Amino acid sequence: MPDKLPRERLRDPDARMRATWALFAVVVLWPLLLVAQFRPADLFDARNLAVMGGFAGQFFPPNLSGDFLALALKGTIETLAMATAGTALAVLLAAPLGLVLAHSLSISRIGPGPGRGAGEALRALARFALLLMRGIPEIVWALLLVRAFGLGPASGVLAIAFTYAGMLGKVYSEILESGDTRPARLLLESGSGRLMAFFYGLLPGAAQELTSYTVYRWECAVRASVIMGFVGAGGLGQLMDQSMKMLNGGEVSTLLIIFLLLVLLADALSVALRKSLS
Amino acid sequence: MSFELDRIGLVHGQGGQGQRALRAVSISAARGERLAIIGPSGAGKTSLLRILATSIRPTEGRVAVLGCNPWQLPGGELKRLRSRIGAIHQAPPIPPRQRAITAVIAGRLGQWPWWKSALSLIYPADIAGPRDQLARLDLADRLFDRCDRLSGGQLQRVGVARVLYQRPDLLLADEPVSAMDPALADLTVNQLHSEAASRGVTLVASLHAVDVALRWFPRVIGLRAGEIVFDLPAVKVSDGVLRDLYASETGMLPTQDNQPFASASDDSADGGGLKIVAPPRVI
Amino acid sequence: MNAATLAERRSALGFCLYCWLTALLLAVVVWASFAYLSLDLSRLFTAESGRSMIQFIVRFFPPELSAEFLRRIAWGTLETLAISALGTLLAAGAGLILALPASGRMGLAPRAATRFFLNFLRSVPELVWAALMVLAAGLGPFAGTLALAVHTSGVLGRLIAESLENAPPEPARALAESGAPPSLAFVYGTLPAITPQILAYSLYRWEMNIRMAAVLGFVGAGGLGQMLYYELSLLHEPQACSVIVAMLFLVVLVDAFSAWVRRRQMRPGG
Repeated sequence: MPDKLPRERLRDPDARMRATWALFAVVVLWPLLLVAQFRPADLFDARNLAVMGGFAGQFFPPNLSGDFLALALKGTIETLAMATAGTALAVLLAAPLGLVLAHSLSISRIGPGPGRGAGEALRALARFALLLMRGIPEIVWALLLVRAFGLGPASGVLAIAFTYAGMLGKVYSEILESGDTRPARLLLESGSGRLMAFFYGLLPGAAQELTSYTVYRWECAVRASVIMGFVGAGGLGQLMDQSMKMLNGGEVSTLLIIFLLLVLLADALSVALRKSLS
Repeated sequence: MSFELDRIGLVHGQGGQGQRALRAVSISAARGERLAIIGPSGAGKTSLLRILATSIRPTEGRVAVLGCNPWQLPGGELKRLRSRIGAIHQAPPIPPRQRAITAVIAGRLGQWPWWKSALSLIYPADIAGPRDQLARLDLADRLFDRCDRLSGGQLQRVGVARVLYQRPDLLLADEPVSAMDPALADLTVNQLHSEAASRGVTLVASLHAVDVALRWFPRVIGLRAGEIVFDLPAVKVSDGVLRDLYASETGMLPTQDNQPFASASDDSADGGGLKIVAPPRVI
Repeated sequence: MNAATLAERRSALGFCLYCWLTALLLAVVVWASFAYLSLDLSRLFTAESGRSMIQFIVRFFPPELSAEFLRRIAWGTLETLAISALGTLLAAGAGLILALPASGRMGLAPRAATRFFLNFLRSVPELVWAALMVLAAGLGPFAGTLALAVHTSGVLGRLIAESLENAPPEPARALAESGAPPSLAFVYGTLPAITPQILAYSLYRWEMNIRMAAVLGFVGAGGLGQMLYYELSLLHEPQACSVIVAMLFLVVLVDAFSAWVRRRQMRPGG
């Protein structure tokens, strides 16, 4: 008589965990939908449909009148100028902060030697400043600067300068700390100053990465400049904001097309520049 | 007094799990002395030189270099002290894309005003100087070449040229000729030797090749496992002493040209059972 | 020793002609930008503007810390998190669906068309989408969610499409050859291979979307941004200061959290 196999209740070891996760997802998802006021029905609300329909209906054909195109061109150049000036200022602000922050250029760390406390304090201060600058989104900076200095591209330039200085400074210091830091350390140990140790020891190896990231940031700045126009900082963004407020679909579609072309152009320029600098 | 190490100890890493690199090392040297430090790999030669170069702080003991305790100096004076110490590394830390002339000029960054250093990036403030130092090492034709186009031995010579250009009061060389063939090694050590002699400055070199050490240096220190085994004038360094030092390497003595080591005191007919060995070449 | 010869001096110049020209061109472009915008930054550094700057900054302190306002800030933060989470979730789903044609599984023409569409979605900035969505769905966080969903679909769609193209086709092919319908072959064969990447990209985008969600409110799309815009338009600087601090806090927290997650993932053995 063959033995009967004992009857085991086979259970999937993962089942319990999956059930928990599913429960967790539902428990989290429901309030999520509530808090975000997720109401797809709103999209089909009569009033919204009317507005959106009328607006979208004007998209074709886009407004190609000479006057408007001239205005759009002016806005585009203003946007490009804002991005370039802002990035240039950001580099000016970020470079010293990045140099201060980089461990590889710290003289007091060799040993450790004298001035360790002051050095660490300075670095902590620099790190905090950079965090503050990039933690506040650029558009918030723009809004504040518009309140302080009035409408116009100057606020946009400064907003980009501050935010991007924060980002550039952090990445610069990371680039300077990675890679081969021995040349710089040797120079510091031979009594060289920190700045010269950077130029002679770190820059030759890091130059390409530094410029590549800066050019990438410039490309991001072009897009950011457009956004800042929405709070009054000039450029294509301000034109777009005005056209949208007047529900002029034709103008908005023209501006969108120009914006897309601008982004393509900036992308191509950025790639070409990075390739030529390598 | 050029330097004085008093019972120096060095432990890498924190807490109790550190690796001990040096134990109770005491050496002192007067100005103008020339010393060689020899010993098997891992003996602590590099650590010793780094302590002399004020690059690491010893965990035990007292250091005095060129009359000062470097770790009690304020920042500005430490910087000045360091500009008087020249360190040659086994693998010269030079950015690959840098040209030889710029690499040599960097030797005086601790002495020049910053505007001069900054301008030299674009146009070297001194061309003849680096050229002459490179010429001493038979490299003058590579003055404007990029360092990543140079061979290992040539790169080592650029590192030596930089320190010669610096004109320090204390010359420290960590295996400065490990990647060179015997003729070039001789030339290089000769230049270091004549530099030290003509300016009356101290030279300390750690060497892997025993023959080079004994030929050029009047005082030889043997280091093994972080401790000093002997500190003798070169003439007193006999085969027996050397074999004691390199005991764990089964009786083979490293030389620059990988030929059997023939010491002055070796007159045994059978060659003493010394075998040829090729220490791993560091390029 | 002899001084440097003429030949040596000519070779000594540190940078090639090309580098000089590029640097010069860049300098000219930068200068032209400042000139075009008639930016006179020196005006920033006059005593008068310094004083007005300090007066402006002083108005922000001390930040408003009443319990009532802090409750509103907490709600705003929650709204911001919800907008970003939901938007990213929707985008992951939509991105996955759009990635199927974009990876070329349905032919070259759909691939080109979908890729163009995805590019369009991600090229238009989130804020512009938010402004458009406010028109379509009214003011409030729903518009923000839609805007993030639409924009991020473009980003995630492209990333997932690339993952799909790089995923090994053998498992799905084997299943199809043994009779499984193509949809199930995909789900059992290819999807498990790309799920970790989808998760990683989505988490990364969520992190970036939190920052974005905080500012979409400027055009009325809810969250902390809407609060900030509102308070600043009423010139309630202390309240605005609190909102900005909350924003900063949120960003720093998210940064730290994702760094912690990344470090845990890198640790061997988990």
